[in-house]
Amino acid sequence: MFQKTISELAAGLRGNEYSSEELTRCFLERIERFDGQLNCLITLSAEQALSEAREADRRLRAGDAGPLTGIPYLHKDIFCTQGVRTSCGSRMLDNFIAPYDATVSEKLKAAGAVMLGKTNMDEFAMGSSNETSFYGPVKNPWDTQRVPGGSSGGSAAAVAARLAPLATGTDTGGSIRQPAALCGITGIKPTYGRVSRYGMIAFASSLDQGGAFAASAADAAALLQAMSGFDPRDSTSLERPLEDYSAELERDLAGLTIGLPKEYFGDGLDAGVAAAVAAAVEEYRRLGAEIRDISLPNAALSVPAYYVVAPAECSSNLSRMDGVRFGYRCENPRDLEDLYVRSRGEGFGAEVKRRILVGTYALSAGYYDAYYLKAQQVRRLIRDDFTRAFSEVDVILSPTAPAPAFRLGEKAGDPVSMYLSDIYTIAVNLAGLPALSIPAGFVDGLPVGLQLIGNYFAEGRLLNVAHRYQQVTDWHRRLPAGFAD
Amino acid sequence: MQWEAVIGLEIHAQLATRSKIFSGAPTAYGAAPNTQACAVDLGLPGVLPVLNAEVVRMAAKFGLATHSTVAPRSVFARKNYFYPDLPKGYQISQFELPVVHGGYLDIDLEDGGSKRIGITRAHLEEDAGKSLHEDFHGETGIDLNRAGTPLLEIVSEPDMRSAAEAVAYMKKIHALVRYLEICDGNMQEGSFRCDANVSVRPLGQAEFGTRAEIKNINSFRFVERAINYEIERQIDRLEGGGEIVQETRLYDADKNETRPMRSKEEANDYRYFPDPDLLPLEIDAAFIEQVAASLPELPDARRDRFGAEYGLSRYDAGVLTASRELADFFEQTVQAAGGEGKLAANWVMGELAGQLNKEGRDITASPVGAQQLGGLLRRISDGTISGKIAKQVFEAMWAGEGDADTVIAAKGLEQITDSGAIEQAVREVLAANPTQVEQYQGGQEKLLGYFVGQVMKATQGKANPGEVNKILKRLLAK
Repeated sequence: MFQKTISELAAGLRGNEYSSEELTRCFLERIERFDGQLNCLITLSAEQALSEAREADRRLRAGDAGPLTGIPYLHKDIFCTQGVRTSCGSRMLDNFIAPYDATVSEKLKAAGAVMLGKTNMDEFAMGSSNETSFYGPVKNPWDTQRVPGGSSGGSAAAVAARLAPLATGTDTGGSIRQPAALCGITGIKPTYGRVSRYGMIAFASSLDQGGAFAASAADAAALLQAMSGFDPRDSTSLERPLEDYSAELERDLAGLTIGLPKEYFGDGLDAGVAAAVAAAVEEYRRLGAEIRDISLPNAALSVPAYYVVAPAECSSNLSRMDGVRFGYRCENPRDLEDLYVRSRGEGFGAEVKRRILVGTYALSAGYYDAYYLKAQQVRRLIRDDFTRAFSEVDVILSPTAPAPAFRLGEKAGDPVSMYLSDIYTIAVNLAGLPALSIPAGFVDGLPVGLQLIGNYFAEGRLLNVAHRYQQVTDWHRRLPAGFAD
Repeated sequence: MQWEAVIGLEIHAQLATRSKIFSGAPTAYGAAPNTQACAVDLGLPGVLPVLNAEVVRMAAKFGLATHSTVAPRSVFARKNYFYPDLPKGYQISQFELPVVHGGYLDIDLEDGGSKRIGITRAHLEEDAGKSLHEDFHGETGIDLNRAGTPLLEIVSEPDMRSAAEAVAYMKKIHALVRYLEICDGNMQEGSFRCDANVSVRPLGQAEFGTRAEIKNINSFRFVERAINYEIERQIDRLEGGGEIVQETRLYDADKNETRPMRSKEEANDYRYFPDPDLLPLEIDAAFIEQVAASLPELPDARRDRFGAEYGLSRYDAGVLTASRELADFFEQTVQAAGGEGKLAANWVMGELAGQLNKEGRDITASPVGAQQLGGLLRRISDGTISGKIAKQVFEAMWAGEGDADTVIAAKGLEQITDSGAIEQAVREVLAANPTQVEQYQGGQEKLLGYFVGQVMKATQGKANPGEVNKILKRLLAK
């Protein structure tokens, strides 16, 4: 049952082959059996899940069911959930229970999806390996000595091990696509503004975007559909009609032009990853796509620009974690300053502090123009690069990450090398474009991810291009040994 | 040496919206602590601000009324600093691109002239909560009801040269925001407060001196006193060979002095940057036109109209239009009186203002309403009572004895216009004062007033004074 697609599961529920409660128990059992090895979950909400499942069963019986009604999912612990702790992977929010649902939580609840629990993540989504979590690192199911990627590592590893058929994620610089690549699953980050950020704890507001993990593009389309849409509570939400992502899936790829940016295939790219991507390119040629070489000349500026903008915004976004109204507070503060210094000093981990310091510096009087303003200008250049590229091609194809999953601890002491693992994903966030990652082979038993980048609002087209590939390949159906039964 | 003061004001006007600037929580004053703050006002994780459209309309009204530019594009920025009553660790404000900039206002000076004061900018921002230091036994309580209340910060050019000019400007802005119905102007509740930037320089010098900023002054009287104190302090210091430090000072009304705030509180780098949670605020021409069409008659225009329409002096018209409520009261009085602008002006500014002053009441709390006062004036102009009796009637009305007609009837104060009755009274007075009659007829015509007084006394003031005069002159001429 755990290997079925979402449409198969939905059909099974409707056809009364099994109930949502049975389906939910199946995945709860898998969590119980496997999560000790993986550490994907911060909070398991088994009882609430079963009660939601029973409610979904009532809806199914009443004929009031949508495509996700009764389908279990895992929720990244960055989305606020009324009554269930939302820690954001931080000691700071270890005791935080939001009195409201994020818009995404609300939408999934309304769709009748069953939340099994909240997934592990890098602290406040700052990290590329899931090692910065207060709750300990997540292990990659393909090799538990290796990282699952981050920041949405718990969600990605959980779907890879089929602890849930679906999981939510957020992507600020690659936090959906990079772990999807490292865990061998499908992950999509839509156009900035497509998924509401209300109730999604902010890391870098102008870059953060919610998205979906699933085994396949077709499954991811179903989850993304339910998460997306205009939200008046988020001023940056897009006020435009939502297209039907599933309707576009089968579209033929004849006439599609795919661009290969030369800057994404240069030094630092693992040879095995390069070979897997090249093979995927050939597959697309066979599917009727035209392949073109393109250039994104400012690509090299994206990591430096990102590491100004994202820390600058986070330094301000995280100021509300001050030990005054909620969250961690140090014991016996002497005075106000002591309360701030120790609550934040003890509540935040090293990577979060590093970024707050970098961001505070970048915004300081005398440095603002040289850093923040300059980074915003670079951002415009990067966006212009993409605009030019999309006047020539429909979709841009690249590796998602320069190498397969690295070992736990391998980069933990070297932030710059860690930051470079997002070198192919970051520009997309700076430009606000949609992009996804799909599995495209293996190097030494570790999954390789293929990134597809689309023009604004082209989620449907991207899912279609991914889906056609998955119809002729089976990388996305493979399960890591030890989690396959 | 002759010194000249240079003053600029930053006025914070709380916009009179029902809900907050970035959330749907109510803005009403005086509720129990933390009952009017929602998740957005509390700055809980994940929540987002959404701009209240009404504040934009209000800011645009202010811009249009002060000849300013209402920016087609302005940007909300975060002002970052830590304080327990600032829930998010930053205040959403406007920094580089404010919604309103480049306008002016004309103030009337004491010498009868007027002066143009430049308005540099007006920007939208959210208020913080309140820290409560009393009643918590060494701890601090936080009330976030006020957090997120919309403010319009109005920044003037350093165009004022005396505390009196500063107060005139502040009063003018105060009247204006109330005319525009964008701020209730309640200074006790902090809805209207100001910071004053004060410096001095030798008269004739072009460059400004070093300025001090006096924070959070919440009455016209305190503004005047604080500025005067500060001017003197700076002059004393400079004349004593000292220097002025650029700093933020607080005005202590009890001691009538300003003193520096602790340097810690001002040593802030606010790290302003555009708020990524809010899109740039874009205002199109159609919106501006719509706002322009909704503007009420403004104080200056109304003052000029009062002058022309009711034949009032510029000064009187200025007094009557100083507040929208007073001007409305005056016009309603005129209407109820069936015209008679001058008479109404005299009464509103005289008897009524005197009584209000004596009891410390606002025009809106006058026990005698405009309709009632108009009714009284009507009885003066139609000759039912004299002006003198009218004062007696007014006092009774003030004491709650009913409207003019009721009081006149109850007290039998109707004027005697029957010339027979008046002539009878006159004859009696003349008969009783033969000496004065002789003196009058001998050329001391000033004595006419004495006879009038006697007749009025005899008729308890009810005799029509014109008629009394006429009859007296006729009888004395014989």
